[in-house]
This record gives sequence, structure tokens and C-alpha cells, in this order.
Amino acid sequence: MGSVARSNSRHPALAFGKYAAIAFYLGFALFPLYWLMKIAITPDALIFSEGTRMLPSAVTFENFATVLFETEFLAYFRNSLTVSLGTAFFTTLIAAGAGYAFSRFVFAGKRIIIAVMLITQMFPLLMIIAPIYKIVADLGLLNSLTSLIVVYTAFNIPFATFLMQSFFDGIPKDLEEAAMMDGCSRFQALRTVVFPLTLPGLGATLGFVFTAAWSELLFALMLISKNDAMTFPVGLLTFVSKFSVDWGQMMAAGVLALVPSCLFFIFIQRYLVQGLTSGAVKG
Amino acid sequence: MAGKAVIARAKTTVVSGGTGARRSLYWQYMVEPFLYLSPMILLIGSVMLMPLIVGISYSFQSIELLNPFATGWVGFENYEKLWSDRKFWIALENTVFWTFWSIFFQFLLGLGLAMLLNTQFFGKKLFQALVFLPWAVPTFLSALTWAWLFNPVIGPIPHWLAALGVLSEPYNILGDPDLAIWGPITANIWFGVPFFAITLLAALQSIPGELYEAAEIDGATPWQSFTKITLPFLAPMIAITVMLRTIWIANFADLIFVMTGGGPANSTQILSTYIFTTAFRKLDFGYASTIAVALLIILLAYAVILLWMRKRLVKI
Repeated sequence: MGSVARSNSRHPALAFGKYAAIAFYLGFALFPLYWLMKIAITPDALIFSEGTRMLPSAVTFENFATVLFETEFLAYFRNSLTVSLGTAFFTTLIAAGAGYAFSRFVFAGKRIIIAVMLITQMFPLLMIIAPIYKIVADLGLLNSLTSLIVVYTAFNIPFATFLMQSFFDGIPKDLEEAAMMDGCSRFQALRTVVFPLTLPGLGATLGFVFTAAWSELLFALMLISKNDAMTFPVGLLTFVSKFSVDWGQMMAAGVLALVPSCLFFIFIQRYLVQGLTSGAVKG
Repeated sequence: MAGKAVIARAKTTVVSGGTGARRSLYWQYMVEPFLYLSPMILLIGSVMLMPLIVGISYSFQSIELLNPFATGWVGFENYEKLWSDRKFWIALENTVFWTFWSIFFQFLLGLGLAMLLNTQFFGKKLFQALVFLPWAVPTFLSALTWAWLFNPVIGPIPHWLAALGVLSEPYNILGDPDLAIWGPITANIWFGVPFFAITLLAALQSIPGELYEAAEIDGATPWQSFTKITLPFLAPMIAITVMLRTIWIANFADLIFVMTGGGPANSTQILSTYIFTTAFRKLDFGYASTIAVALLIILLAYAVILLWMRKRLVKI
């Protein structure tokens, strides 16, 4: 790493290229989000006339107020929060157990179970969309947030398990073995010694699953058709077609949709990158 | 390590008696791990694997929710219909186009970003958080945002393209059958670059720094170190990432579904959106499952060929 940095400073052309690249990536990543924000805070009267202006000449928060207090936005928001938190909690709990087993045990059928989990990452989820719809409908659970939580939990478990496994792999085994030698049961050792060290991993997994559940669209679109049970993506899509003329409100709703996942993301980003890179190097 | 733990535990139990040791091993290999695994196995089995089998069986049946009396086993009828369905072949072609160009640019930009993040510069941590941000944006919102950017009424892109002479006038390319697919592809590139960057960054960091120092002493140019050291080292990682991402992107319907809905005139219809619209617009579950099985078979064939090639090429 150091050597690369040094050689860069020796080649002025490379150094210039580097800052040009930094500017390019920043612009590409941030411009769409900037534009979303810009239109959301532009007064309605100016949206069309200032269509391509980089900075709005006036600023208003009226669109946010309208979206929050005069539409069903808050109901969608609450439903999505319920589904995403529920999914994140159950997925992390179950994946932590499974990840621990993968990390610490040699057992019968381990390779088969891992292979099946990899396959679930490969086959089209749309493959199971019709059967799941029929099963959920037959159980009378259409329009229930519970069925969404169950389905999302299952979808997210394989990746979450691999993520948790890589975190457990990073915790020395000797720690819990020492505790067990001192007379703890495995579960006690897990709770008192391993669990505190796993907190960053649990946080990263929670955040990752939360954002995945927060943005899932197709299965929610399929399983939910009642307005009062709609999650955010579904609600926002119908919202968009209902308010198709009001760009400012749509953008404001978009900005608000961004808030929870971005907050989570900023919080977990470091752990996530760390977990993924350590996992990737091994694999 | 695992072996050591087993031996350690076995030893402690041996002291208390012979049969105890055997029970302890049985407990450790067959029972204890499954106490931790069973919720996962139960859930994946019932929500993913069982519906998968049911879905495959649907492809041999006629299941139209609008026509409940036509239900029954029909053998390969759905597959024959698929073979002569022009929309299926168009969707397959679009899937290949969409997947190839999405991956191509995601990879190229992801590699560039990974190499950038593998150097030191002022404000790197903030830079990383900011350029990875698109990854946190919910996909339906990425789709909407890019659809808005392409809209000439409120978005700047058509005006830029017209100014550059790419378009004769600022119109929405999402409504142009020849260009519409580039809309979702752009959104997909924006969304997917961070993930490629992370995996490639991990691989870059595993290359020993001494190699570059030795190359520098021998007078290698930066381009030579890149082609002679970086790329060969990254090759195995590139192969596996590209394979997984190909499968993932080929299955990925959200962006297209929201941005164009498969239109105009099926020009952006890929197999995944075709499955979704067949299932939930026409409510024809039998035929939707048939398209899904076809997609599954194509992806499996692709994965098998790629893994076989990797085995032949990477002999180390």
C-alpha cells in the first residue's frame, strides 16, 4: 500500500489523474442524490422554470410538510419500520446462531448445508414468487406484515449467516475454550465472553438486513395490496402515480425514504466493509 | 483448531468414563451444531426450498388465477409455448444485453475505485463513505431518482445529451425503444459500483507490497506493474465476483420494473420482469414458472461453464 502511494507522488501525471478520479467518483455518486434534494426544496412555482439550474434561487420546506402531514406517508413509514426492524432482529438472531455453528463446529453435512445456502443465493427469487403467493394466500395471510417479515427473514439469512461467520472467525477460539475450561458451559461462555466481542458484527448484520428489507419491492408489491398495510416502496410507487404532477412532493417523499437507510448505512459502513473484505479474502 | 477443541473436550470426558467420550463426540458432531442451525434450516427449507420445488412443478401445470377451471397437469405444454414465444426470446436477448453492459461498467468503475481506495490520500474515509452511499439507497428509489434525472421536465440529463449532440433534442430516452435500456443500466452501474469496489479492494489488499517494490527497483512502469502483478493476482477474485454478480444482475428486476416496466414495446423486458408481469398482470402462474425454470437452467449452465473454465485455466 505504502509503495503505491510513494510511486504516485513520483509521477505528477498519476497524481493529477488520481484527483481527477476522486472528483469523478464523488460527482457520479452524489449528483443524483443532490438533484433529488434540490428539487425537494425548490418552491413549486420554480421547479419547471429552473429545471436545469444547478442551485435553486429560493428554498422551501413546504413539500416535506405536505408529504408528512397530508398524505399516507407516515403510515407507509411505520409499516416499513415494523417490517424492517422485525426482519433485521429475527435474521440477525438466527444468522448469529448459524454463523457460530459454521465457525466453531465440524459436523455431519456441513458442506451440503453450505452448498444449499450458496444455491439459494443463485436461483431467481422470482422462481418462488408464484408459489409463495399461493401459500400465503391459502393461509389467509395476504396483506399481513407478519408474512412479509417471515419471507424477508428467510431471504436474508444465507448472506447474514456468512457475514456473521466471518465475524466469529475473527474472534479467537481460545477465549471461549478458556472460559469453558474454567467451568462455563458453552452457552455461558458464548454469552459472557463471545457476545460482547460480536457486537460490531451483530450491528453490521442488523444494519445490512434492515436496509435490504427497507428497499424490497417486488414481494411487497405482490403480498400487500391494502393501503393500510403497504410498506414504503409499494406506498411510494402508488403515491408517485397518484401525485404524478407534483414533482416537489415526490422528491420530498424520496428524500424522506432515504433517511433511515442512510443513517443506518453511515453507522455500519465501516464494519460492513471490514466484514465483507475479510470474508472475501478468505473465500 | 476445531480438531483440537474436540480432542480437548474428549480428553476431559475420557476421565469420567469410556462411553461418556463417545457420547460427547456424538453430541459435538451431530447434535450441538444443529441446535444452533435448526431455525435457519427450518426457515430456508420452508420459505425457499419447498416453494422452489412447488414452482418447478407449476411449470408442468396450468394455473391461471383468472381461469380456475383450467387447472391441471399439462406435461410439457408450457415449454412448447415458451419455445415459440417471440417475447421470451426478445426478453432473453435483452437479459444478455442488460447483464453484460451493467457488469462491464460496474466492473471497470469498481476496479478503478478499488485501486483508488488502495492508495493513501487526504479525507479517504469520508470519500469512501460518500462514494459507497448509492449502495445504501433503496433500489426502488434509485430507479425513481434516475427516471427523474432522465425526464426532460425536471432532469438535466436530456439537456446535457442534447448539448453534447448525442440527442437531437432533449427528450426522455426511457420512451425511446432504441435507447431505453440504457436508463436502467445507468442506474444499475451507479448502484452496483460500491459492491464491486469492496470485493476488488479486498483482493488488492492481499497482494504483497514487496512485489511492487521489487518491480519498481527493476524499473517497471506503473502500467507494467498493473498488467504483470495486479491483474494476474486479481484474476481468481474477478472470475468469482463476475460470476456471482452476473447471476444476481440477470435476476434483478426492480430497476427495470420501476423505470420502464419492460416498455416501450418490450424493448426493456428482461426475463425477470417478464416472469413478474406474467405472474401478476396475467395471473398465469404456470407459464410464469416455466419462464423462471428456463432462466434458472440458463444461469446454471452459465455457472457450470464458467467454473469449468476456471478450473482449466487456473491450475495453481
